[in-house]
Amino acid sequence: MSEVKYSKEHEWIKLDGEEATIGITKHATEMLGDIVFAELPEKGSNVDKDGTAGVVESTKAASDVYTPVSGEVIDTNQMIVDDPSKINEDPEESAWFFKLKIKDKSEMDSLMSKEEYEKFAKETSA
Amino acid sequence: MNIKKTSLNNLHIKYGAKLVEFAGYQMPIQYKDGIIQEHKFTRSHSGIFDVSHMGQLFISGGDNLTNDLEKIFPADLKKLKTNQSKYSFLMNNKGGIQDDLIITKISDGFLIILNAACKYNDYEVIKAKLDNQYKLNLDESLSLIALQGPEAKNVLNKVIPGCDNLKFMNGNNYVYNNEKVYITRSGYTGEDGFEISIKHSDAETLVESLIENGSKLIGLGARDTLRMEAGLCLYGNDLDNETSPIEANLKWAIPKSRIETEFVGSEVLKNQFQSGVKKLRVGIKPDSRVIARGNTKIYNDKNQEIGKVTSGTFGPSVEHPIAIGYVDNSYSTVNTKIFLEVRGKKIPANICNLPFYKKNYVKGEINV
Repeated sequence: MSEVKYSKEHEWIKLDGEEATIGITKHATEMLGDIVFAELPEKGSNVDKDGTAGVVESTKAASDVYTPVSGEVIDTNQMIVDDPSKINEDPEESAWFFKLKIKDKSEMDSLMSKEEYEKFAKETSA
Repeated sequence: MNIKKTSLNNLHIKYGAKLVEFAGYQMPIQYKDGIIQEHKFTRSHSGIFDVSHMGQLFISGGDNLTNDLEKIFPADLKKLKTNQSKYSFLMNNKGGIQDDLIITKISDGFLIILNAACKYNDYEVIKAKLDNQYKLNLDESLSLIALQGPEAKNVLNKVIPGCDNLKFMNGNNYVYNNEKVYITRSGYTGEDGFEISIKHSDAETLVESLIENGSKLIGLGARDTLRMEAGLCLYGNDLDNETSPIEANLKWAIPKSRIETEFVGSEVLKNQFQSGVKKLRVGIKPDSRVIARGNTKIYNDKNQEIGKVTSGTFGPSVEHPIAIGYVDNSYSTVNTKIFLEVRGKKIPANICNLPFYKKNYVKGEINV
């Protein structure tokens, strides 16, 4: 069974065995506005928990995308590079950013559940 | 300081605006549709912009007013006909731009539209340079509403009949709700359009009738992408008091008749006209989808720094990243290859012609 968790930087992470899929939340896309550019980490590279692993840009500004866990990048989603507007359309499903082979599953423990994230998002945007 | 609200504040909230502070005012950055849809709607239909934060400075009194204003502004005010507008500058002694503005000759003097962030300072500067005999009124009892886009003339004509007779950069008095309004055919989006100066108490009903006739409120976010595509400068980004109109590639706004005459900054400008300038404002198009924002450093192919970006975004109508910046004059030719430093990488780009998006102004006999 897969487990979905959320970070304070507004990323979601879905863990299936050792494979973690990471993207940004719907709430994040609403704050950013129309996304017009996405940059992803290189396949085969290693990323560290809370480190930069990509960039999204709206018409207004650029924002870093962080990885909520450490691991090796095993896949990236070319679809969102070719058409960044897909991130606004379907951020928590088809418009995922990258997949990692997770290094340490215990890094998932400090992340938030859906309920906790929703509460956090509501409080921080108020 | 308290944040000021414009007369349309309730309407902004009603139509779902995301509000931000801009130049001391609470202004809409976007509405529910978002910047890209708002931008495209303006280019295909018409958009309503609340620009009430901008200054409306009325100057009147005295036979010598035109002469005295020509000592401040490099525009040919003597040739200006009543109700005609010109784009000009308030400069400092070094030829640096303190504000860019639109001067319109009206029946009893001049109306000058000033940038919001500059208006109080402009007022003090202009007042200090003018004789006390003139009356200066930075009128804060008026709202300013811009209607922009190919449908603007049809929409506005339904609400205020006759305004479609105006030519570009011309204005006139009209009546709305039994009150006088002053309308100019102008704007800052690269589209045909109008700016309507109207009493605060009538602004909301005017905007609601424009909406009923098919227009939509558009936020400052789309105003910025629209003006960038049109190659127009934003004061504070692309223009500042260290940059002259010649460096800003706005030479066209200094008429030949004024080059040999005296105005604030005229010596520096005359010199620059004769000997040229070191830096020049250019259009920049990155080769890839990477966006270069303001303050991005620009390099040549030998990795030498040659300038910086002053505005940059993704252009929704040109469907490509665009930027405006200043480069060393020897790199200002169209198609020169340059490199933009974005997040540590050098992104190839080209110098290109401005505007990025072709203008659709309705020209009269007298053009700018």
